Amino acid sequence: MARAAVPGGLSARRAWRDATLVERRPETDSAVTLVLDVDGWPGHLPGQHVDVRLTAPDGYTATRSYSVSAPEHGDRVELTIQRVPDGEVSTFLADGLAVGDAVRLRGPVGGWFVWRPGQAGPVLLVAGGSGIVPLMAMLRARVAGSPPFRLVYSVREPDDVIYRDELAAIAATDDVEVRLVHTRRAPEGAARPAGRLQGTDLLTATGWDGGDPPTCYVCGPTGFVESAADLLVGLGHAADRIRTERFGPSGP
Amino acid sequence: MTIPGHPGAEAAYDGNLMAGPLSELFALDVTVAVVRCRGCGASSEVATLRVYGPEPGLVGRCPGCDDVLLRVVRTPDAVWLDLGGVTSLRVPAPRVPLEEDVDRSAQT
Amino acid sequence: MDFVTRGFQGRPRGRDERLPPGQYLTDDFPVLSAGPTPPVDHDGWELWVATEDGARHTWSWPELMALPAETVTVDIHCVTSWSKLDTEWRGVSLDTLLADVETAADFALVHSYGGYTTNLPLEDLLDGQALLAFAYDGDDLRPEHGGPARLLVPHLYFWKSAKWVRGIELLLADSPGFWEQLGYHDYGDPWREQRYQGD
Repeated sequence: MARAAVPGGLSARRAWRDATLVERRPETDSAVTLVLDVDGWPGHLPGQHVDVRLTAPDGYTATRSYSVSAPEHGDRVELTIQRVPDGEVSTFLADGLAVGDAVRLRGPVGGWFVWRPGQAGPVLLVAGGSGIVPLMAMLRARVAGSPPFRLVYSVREPDDVIYRDELAAIAATDDVEVRLVHTRRAPEGAARPAGRLQGTDLLTATGWDGGDPPTCYVCGPTGFVESAADLLVGLGHAADRIRTERFGPSGP
Repeated sequence: MTIPGHPGAEAAYDGNLMAGPLSELFALDVTVAVVRCRGCGASSEVATLRVYGPEPGLVGRCPGCDDVLLRVVRTPDAVWLDLGGVTSLRVPAPRVPLEEDVDRSAQT
Repeated sequence: MDFVTRGFQGRPRGRDERLPPGQYLTDDFPVLSAGPTPPVDHDGWELWVATEDGARHTWSWPELMALPAETVTVDIHCVTSWSKLDTEWRGVSLDTLLADVETAADFALVHSYGGYTTNLPLEDLLDGQALLAFAYDGDDLRPEHGGPARLLVPHLYFWKSAKWVRGIELLLADSPGFWEQLGYHDYGDPWREQRYQGD
């Protein structure tokens, strides 16, 4: 078993660090972005996530994983928290944590569901609900000359769109296409009626499917990820080019 | 995830779920390691295993035959790893200096 | 104590005398699986008991149904810290199944369809402490909860209550099962919080 020396790398990722809230940005009625200043942060790649641990005065701890929503930027780590009804940690982070307060954080975690700036080939991002968060980190990591991206973002209704204004701005740039899919209620005048994600929503721009197939990143709740991945396979995407990240409870 | 195109699979996760616990054991990213199944001989990237868990422990099963390939349990003070279901585990690693280079430098 | 998060209290953690240390109450019935749910129907189902000298006893599903069954209401405690109170099960007592089995064994290794195993002292299966359960809450035991039949040993952590039971191997020496090989406790008493090896 290879145990190559990576000085500090492993222990750095496993160490709990103080993360102080420096800014809070509401995104939707139920989602908020937290900007944390993490002491000695080793850096991360778009798509990776972190563990956040809260500790009560009696020693009780609760730990949850959250995707990072922005690319590496010094000691800053941005998380977008979707309030889960009854969510012990998400509601505290979304409502209870004040600027200046600290939590414990470690990471980054995950080496597969990442997009490395400089990675060749077009990218198809498929988000369900707050599954947009790690994909947003990938979009935000693009630079001039990055390969073309397409985002298909499924939300229940228009008010659920996280990063609305920024996505509109990104959609106006070259080589990025953003398509919203509304499952319950579409905005007035929308060309696509409300309904769950279909294969036609995922059809990629001409030219992608020939010699240069995209790498697909799918993130969302379990059921969404499964059906989106199946649709992609049905459209001819190779299973080994589909990377998925799911969230949700561990048992049915 | 359930491997696309394999109806009937029930695993709730793919091998990426193992990245966290395994990162405590390996200095390299084990999700891109390739394991060979002792049962059916198929080679699979750890990221593509059918993974059950995370509690009481992570169980990674072969996408080909569903045999248990590896298991990881994190107790409060230890990580337990079972690789009994695999004949080999290959991890891409940075190139190391050739032996003769090492020998030569040792003589100087 | 670890760093305290200012303002964080967490869920209410009221004590209940029926709750072993470190456990919390749930009304759900979480499903934890180490593998896919094995497809087992009643026609193909068979239970075997093998003794240390190789003697083998088997029951078909109709033979199991012909045995006297009982209904119990018990609390169950999962090592992953959830406990569920007042769960109702129906099944055949292990005292009934093992009544005619001649053995000097001290230990049992329970085998499941799908390959899962768990070990426990034979005496913990006897004296009304264990059931081969085929119904939960008045209905046939659903496959994800271990149907057609699972072991129910409520005084130990619930991983000992193997789902999809197909056989019981009676042994002179203890032999660790699926999770017991990988850090979990050989006995698993929730009141002594025997979660892991060494607890």
